[in-house]
Amino acid sequence: MLSNINQAAEFIEKQKGRRKKKLSNLSIYVCVGTGCTAKGAMKVYNEFQRVLEKEGLISSVKLSMLEEKESPLKKTGCCGRCSNGPLVNVLPHGYFYSHVTIDDVQKIVEKTIKHGEPVEELLLVDPATNERVKTLEETSLYKNQNFYIMEDIGKCECDSIEDYMARGGYSSLLKVLSGMTPDQIVDAVKASGLRGRGGGGFPTGLKWEAAKNSKADKKFVVCNGDEGDPGAFMNRTLLERDPHLVLEGMIIAGYTVGAQKAYAYIRAEYPIAIHMFQKAIDDAKKLGLLGENILGTGFSFDVEIKEGAGAFVCGEETALLASIEGKRGMPRPRPPFPAQSGLWGYPTLINNVETYANIPRIIRDGVEKYRQLGVVSSPGTKMFSVTGPLKVTGIIEVQFGTTLRKIIYDICGGLIDGEEFKAVQIGGPSGACLSREFLDMPLDYDTLRSADAMVGSGGIVVITKRTCMVEVARFFLDFTKRESCGKCIPCREGTMQAYTILEKFTQGKATTQDLQNLEFLAKLIKSTSLCGLGKTAPNPIISTLKLFKDEYISHLNGICPSGTCTAFKKYTINQELCKGCGLCARACPQGAITGERGKPYRIDQEKCAKCGLCVEKCKFKAIEIL
Amino acid sequence: MERTFQKVEEILKKHEYKKENLIRILLDVQKQYRYLPEDVINYIGVALQLPPAKIYGVGTFYAQFSLKPKGKYTILLCDGTACHMEGSISLLKAIEEELNIKPGEVTKDLVFSVDQVGCLGACALAPAMVINEEVYGNLTPEKVKEIIKKLKEGEKDAQ
Repeated sequence: MLSNINQAAEFIEKQKGRRKKKLSNLSIYVCVGTGCTAKGAMKVYNEFQRVLEKEGLISSVKLSMLEEKESPLKKTGCCGRCSNGPLVNVLPHGYFYSHVTIDDVQKIVEKTIKHGEPVEELLLVDPATNERVKTLEETSLYKNQNFYIMEDIGKCECDSIEDYMARGGYSSLLKVLSGMTPDQIVDAVKASGLRGRGGGGFPTGLKWEAAKNSKADKKFVVCNGDEGDPGAFMNRTLLERDPHLVLEGMIIAGYTVGAQKAYAYIRAEYPIAIHMFQKAIDDAKKLGLLGENILGTGFSFDVEIKEGAGAFVCGEETALLASIEGKRGMPRPRPPFPAQSGLWGYPTLINNVETYANIPRIIRDGVEKYRQLGVVSSPGTKMFSVTGPLKVTGIIEVQFGTTLRKIIYDICGGLIDGEEFKAVQIGGPSGACLSREFLDMPLDYDTLRSADAMVGSGGIVVITKRTCMVEVARFFLDFTKRESCGKCIPCREGTMQAYTILEKFTQGKATTQDLQNLEFLAKLIKSTSLCGLGKTAPNPIISTLKLFKDEYISHLNGICPSGTCTAFKKYTINQELCKGCGLCARACPQGAITGERGKPYRIDQEKCAKCGLCVEKCKFKAIEIL
Repeated sequence: MERTFQKVEEILKKHEYKKENLIRILLDVQKQYRYLPEDVINYIGVALQLPPAKIYGVGTFYAQFSLKPKGKYTILLCDGTACHMEGSISLLKAIEEELNIKPGEVTKDLVFSVDQVGCLGACALAPAMVINEEVYGNLTPEKVKEIIKKLKEGEKDAQ
């Protein structure tokens, strides 16, 4: 237990020294993010434990002149390259291994740990050159990123408060507690130009100022970790890999606005993130960095996790607050803003996970250094989750102003062979689809807004020629229609109607009138809905109508250019290839296939439901799709 | 079926009989019974002094809750953007073939249930599914069938 600031500062210095020793010695970092865990990272970790014990290497790291020793085996948080997992980083050499299985562990121990040589076949392939490189730092994907929030990637322990402090963690909290007034902190956050990372991009400093200036005997701080956007997992990654960074940001926020209690709202779908954050809270309490009378300064602050129970609308701040109170997560009109009247009517400061993670960095580095990253209107970095048929998928961090081209081609190595780029979906269901022409547009809040898109929480999904843009719009409206809370009519009925029209398009039943109705409806929903969900729900329609209208028109003329929409497909049996076995006829649920055994069969187009079951059953590849 | 509500009492106690903890209480009830039974909803209503209709309202609002029993193995098939584009529909077909149930349904023996969910945040592993908190990624219809078959066998052995 640390009882005052000097003691805490000494503790941090001591941990720094220990970490230096550790890194120059042998350390094995196994990535245990959700991606790697799903691919068997825990099995790899346990196998390392077993082999190291057998070889007598388990407590080989000397920490001091005394007999203090530690295991070289560590768990690290997501390294961002989820598609290459499980990942293992071996220090001091820095050999970075991908696709590690339990059978490789013995090899790594023999070659790398005992003899300091790399296991060539496990080294990471640089997507830019297709060659194997020894360390993560040598890859083009590392050099093209700006790891700032994700500092010390691949060599930080996700479950250790000592390691976080050894990396300089909680120094910002000490700096704040030992001599910064709330006004000075608000000024620093305002001057940093930090904007809300949850999607809207509202200036964080203004929120903090409003919450600080509200007069009340009780105030709350809330962390929004209800990352419901399909295609986004930055918040999950951050909470799993460096939970203390978020926690430190929240404590500083509490001190600044004068709150006594905070809630971290995290989706129940993220069990690892909840576990990690709970451990971070417990560890910080044990050390006296959280709880009653923090470091003897008289400032008391407590953080509690609230699990989200699965509702996209709860990402909207007023809906999230209702959910914390144990109610249905329905938004309400603003003003009053949460900074004036939030949880149970008390002033509440609510920010996104990634926003809080920026705070300790701003305090540590100062405004000037912070603003060196990014562009004037959007300073700093942003984490993006990049998915789709790319050579590398996972989490990246780049400064604002980076182009999509750099992200897709330089960092992620471009599309996998045989795929052709068509568009990028950015910002989830509230975001937009951008075509090839936008590849060189710098990504920041304002430029994206001028293109009717938004940063959203930061999901980037690459779409290829195989995907139909009308179907993409239908997919997102299906999502928002289901997730609409039903409170206001434009959103509840509007998304339903827009979805119905889009479905008509994909089924080949739409008319020119439908196209006009869709355009009108999209504008109407956008301008009249109550909360952010409804206001942004039509964005996928508006952007696809703007950039891919030709696809909508093709659907009116009976053609789906990408061949995705089944209604436009025609299944026929190649009369030469068919052997007349009758398997397809038996599989057809519609009874649409008829024929005589031994002779080629035929499909009745009127009856065919285009389910594709016959294609799977045919052993002679005789069924063709037109 | 008679219920003693002992488990419910434990859950309520753990969450200090607080109205604000209703969602947590329901999450625990859902875990315990694999759904929110009507009599339990009424019981919680009396204990927290909330009308059962309010609890029903919360229960139907969030995707984590179900008013019908879920299977021992709850399969959550991701239909988020990345998974959708990587063919999650073909995985659903495979599950339907293997278990004969549709999304939102449960097998007669209450062992398996299937739900389609928005996004599991495992997009880099698309298409993905989660069975009882374990994530399975980079799936194909064949892999899905194999996973379910293995669970079925394990279930038989347990009996």
